[in-house]
Amino acid sequence: MSVKLVNITKVFGDHDNVSKEFTAVDNVNIEIYEGEMVTFLGPSGCGKTTTLRVISGFEQQTHGDVYIDGELVNDIPANKRNTSMVFQSYAIFPHLSVAGNIGFGLELKGIKKAEIKKQVDEIMDIMGLQSLGKRRPSQLSGGQQQRVALARAIVNKPRVLLFDEPLSNLDAKLRDTMRTEIRRIQKKFGITSIYVTHDQLEAMTVSDRIMVMDKGIIQQIGTPFEIYSRPDNYFVADFIGRANFFPTTISHVSKEGCACDLFGPSFIFPSFHSSLKAKDKAVVVIRPEGLEIVKEDDSKGLLSGVITQAVYLGSTMEYEIEIKDHDKPIIAISHNPVKEGMYHEGDTVRVSFGPISAHVIRG
Amino acid sequence: MKQSLKAQLRDTKMLTKDPLLFSMVLLIFVSLILFILYPLIKVALVAFSDENGFTFKNFREAFGFWYYRKALFNSLVMASLTAIIGSIVGFIFAYALTRAKIPGKKFFNLIATIPIISPPFIGALAIIMLFGRNGFVSSTILRLPDANIYGFKGLLLAQVITFFPVAYITMRGVLESISPTLEDAAMDLGGNRFKIFYKVTLPLAIPGLASSMLVLFVESLADFGNPMILAGSEYPILSVQAFLEITGMYNLGKGAALAFILLIPSLSAYVIQKYYVSKKQYITVTGKPTDSSNSVVSPAARNILFVVAIFFSIIIILIYASILYGAVATSWGNNSTPTLDHFRYVFRVGFESVKDTIIIAGVSTPISGILGMIIAFLVVRKRFIGKRFIEVTSMLSFAVPGTVVGIGYILAFNSAPLYLTGTLAILLLNFIFRYIPVGIQGGIAVLQQIDPSIEEAAIDLGADSNTTFRKITLPLMVPAFFSGLIFAFVRGMTAISAAIFLVSAKWNFMTVQIMSQVESGRIGAAAAFSVILVAIILVAMIIIKTILRLKYQTTTSLLSN
Repeated sequence: MSVKLVNITKVFGDHDNVSKEFTAVDNVNIEIYEGEMVTFLGPSGCGKTTTLRVISGFEQQTHGDVYIDGELVNDIPANKRNTSMVFQSYAIFPHLSVAGNIGFGLELKGIKKAEIKKQVDEIMDIMGLQSLGKRRPSQLSGGQQQRVALARAIVNKPRVLLFDEPLSNLDAKLRDTMRTEIRRIQKKFGITSIYVTHDQLEAMTVSDRIMVMDKGIIQQIGTPFEIYSRPDNYFVADFIGRANFFPTTISHVSKEGCACDLFGPSFIFPSFHSSLKAKDKAVVVIRPEGLEIVKEDDSKGLLSGVITQAVYLGSTMEYEIEIKDHDKPIIAISHNPVKEGMYHEGDTVRVSFGPISAHVIRG
Repeated sequence: MKQSLKAQLRDTKMLTKDPLLFSMVLLIFVSLILFILYPLIKVALVAFSDENGFTFKNFREAFGFWYYRKALFNSLVMASLTAIIGSIVGFIFAYALTRAKIPGKKFFNLIATIPIISPPFIGALAIIMLFGRNGFVSSTILRLPDANIYGFKGLLLAQVITFFPVAYITMRGVLESISPTLEDAAMDLGGNRFKIFYKVTLPLAIPGLASSMLVLFVESLADFGNPMILAGSEYPILSVQAFLEITGMYNLGKGAALAFILLIPSLSAYVIQKYYVSKKQYITVTGKPTDSSNSVVSPAARNILFVVAIFFSIIIILIYASILYGAVATSWGNNSTPTLDHFRYVFRVGFESVKDTIIIAGVSTPISGILGMIIAFLVVRKRFIGKRFIEVTSMLSFAVPGTVVGIGYILAFNSAPLYLTGTLAILLLNFIFRYIPVGIQGGIAVLQQIDPSIEEAAIDLGADSNTTFRKITLPLMVPAFFSGLIFAFVRGMTAISAAIFLVSAKWNFMTVQIMSQVESGRIGAAAAFSVILVAIILVAMIIIKTILRLKYQTTTSLLSN
């Protein structure tokens, strides 16, 4: 089942005061394909949850159309849309047992008791909730509650599964497990899913595609690879992972990419999404792992700098390096510190990069 | 503005898609207008008109009379003093119980909450029995000839005793929500105990204290039972004079004018309390109240608090003891031989009224409770045009004195098509709409604690709003519903100010019976009636609490809300 959003805009208003109006979602267009898992990612207040609630029918959009499976659902109330949401707070009914919670939707459909029991047992097996059917929600751990919420949503065979920051109430370790679990279940059932989170790592792990939002506006839609390695703009590059930004001006554009100066010599950097022209202001984006640190006297090094901070993290080593004429220290990550050699605070080093590990966006 | 109207229309359009919800909203709208607003409007209409149309004549005549001017003045003075003294006593009790580690906390808590479950004029009755002409204290102990407790001092004592528990409960809530860690912090920073109280505790409690004073002002102004018994002719009180004007002189216009004047200070105090003062309250804790590690109250101060608490406890115990004793004494003050004559008399003369009262309170309370829950649900969870209207109107009963409501009802429902005078219906309607605020408040409080996504989850799984309310919201609201039920039942059983206008030969009310026994001097019978009334309330409370404990594994304390 596909979901299509056309020009979705949501304005929240104070009923009595127009000046307090606030555009939470601004002209969002996206199509989510059958069986796909798409994540809406962005900082809090970026409009991702509102967009999700518009799809579920809990919020009525101010403008625009929502299609589920090709059907226009603008006027269909939330209870008839056949979408299922997994809530941030799980929203387990506290007065019903685990089985009562999971079977709630089926019961509403008027399915026979025996059939409900069969389906509930089946889903509890899959979700690893065996023998918990009679428990009260208050007797469950956070992870179990999360599973109950997911089971309750899936058992109804919804057209679309919606996740509203489902893991934000779990501790770090459990979050890792549940993340893969959710992806496993989603793939197993092939349910079209939309997942809202502000955690970029979570988004990278579970999604087929990611829609990055900020201030109600879509910043980029793409696969995790595209989002990370080819961010469209400064916001995406900065929000997803870490990056070093070097402002520059484009001298000329060719098939191979954009040529610009960086600390003297001219390089040709690839550019993916922008319509950049000569003399445009631009920014070169280089991820920390795209930089290589070499010894002071190594001719491979392009920039000379002094290490101001060196942090050993076990499998990696992180450095902050101060470069002359660059206002912010640059960040570099060495992924094999033992083999590549470790540097210390105060060491003078040179930093190099290949043009492939960098790319240019509009400045 | 245009945009906001559009938004409201859109919300309302969504509502019409849910026919059950829509008709429910419509029904509530109509009944609130009919049974809350219309009687009040009727009071105003009658007050401002005579046979020739609009006029100020009723007001000119009423307040041209020095006696009624004095009644207005007395009422305002009495309400202000009750508000101040009652709040201070309530604060002392609350402070002593939450901060000073005085012995016998449970006992004092019980003492301070007992007056809430008894008819408001029990204090007045007992004060006559204790301090009146044949009073136990005044005559038997002090041997004063012709002690006169009627008028200012007797009434003030009765009202303080009747209403300080309300202040106590408010202030206990406020003080419990002020984290003792703040006081600890102040002490840590080098403050002495007096400074801590003066600079930290008191300023934080001030909004609560102001709020409690305004509530007591409204309640005291609306009080009818105590002044009816204790004010006497020397010290006229407005609510009683309005009643006498209507039932004694049959002058509806002048009675309505008096009622209208009574409404103004009540409504103003209510509005200030609800929309101004209550928004100023500080909330300083996010978790459970914690115990202070230090004692912020010095031993000397603790002793003073203890003595004050004991003093008021003795008065309250005396009041209840004298009611109990009066019910079984042959003739109060003269012959104290135990007898069951008064109870026999009550069952012979007043059994009907006992039955009527139970029927009226028993039927109106659950209806009022359910209606209150529904309104709370609509107000907290739904959006539609006129929501604010429903919220404000349904809470209005808290502000409007019963006397005004009673007069409004007899003015509004004495002609076709709504001719209800003398029927069971008028009593039921009065009680249902008079006590919905209790249910609404409880409902709103519990709904604000239920995560809205729990209801969204049900809708998401395919439930319509009716099913969601029935299967999810209502079961979660049950404990609040029952505790509201107890409260509304108690208020209904003990109410008099509005009921006294609406009773008839066919449908009588216990409180009204007690009043007429007092007026005809049958103190023993009045006491016996009161004992039975309190007994019924206690039994009802025990039943409801048992249901709650067995069926829902929850306990609710009426006295903690």
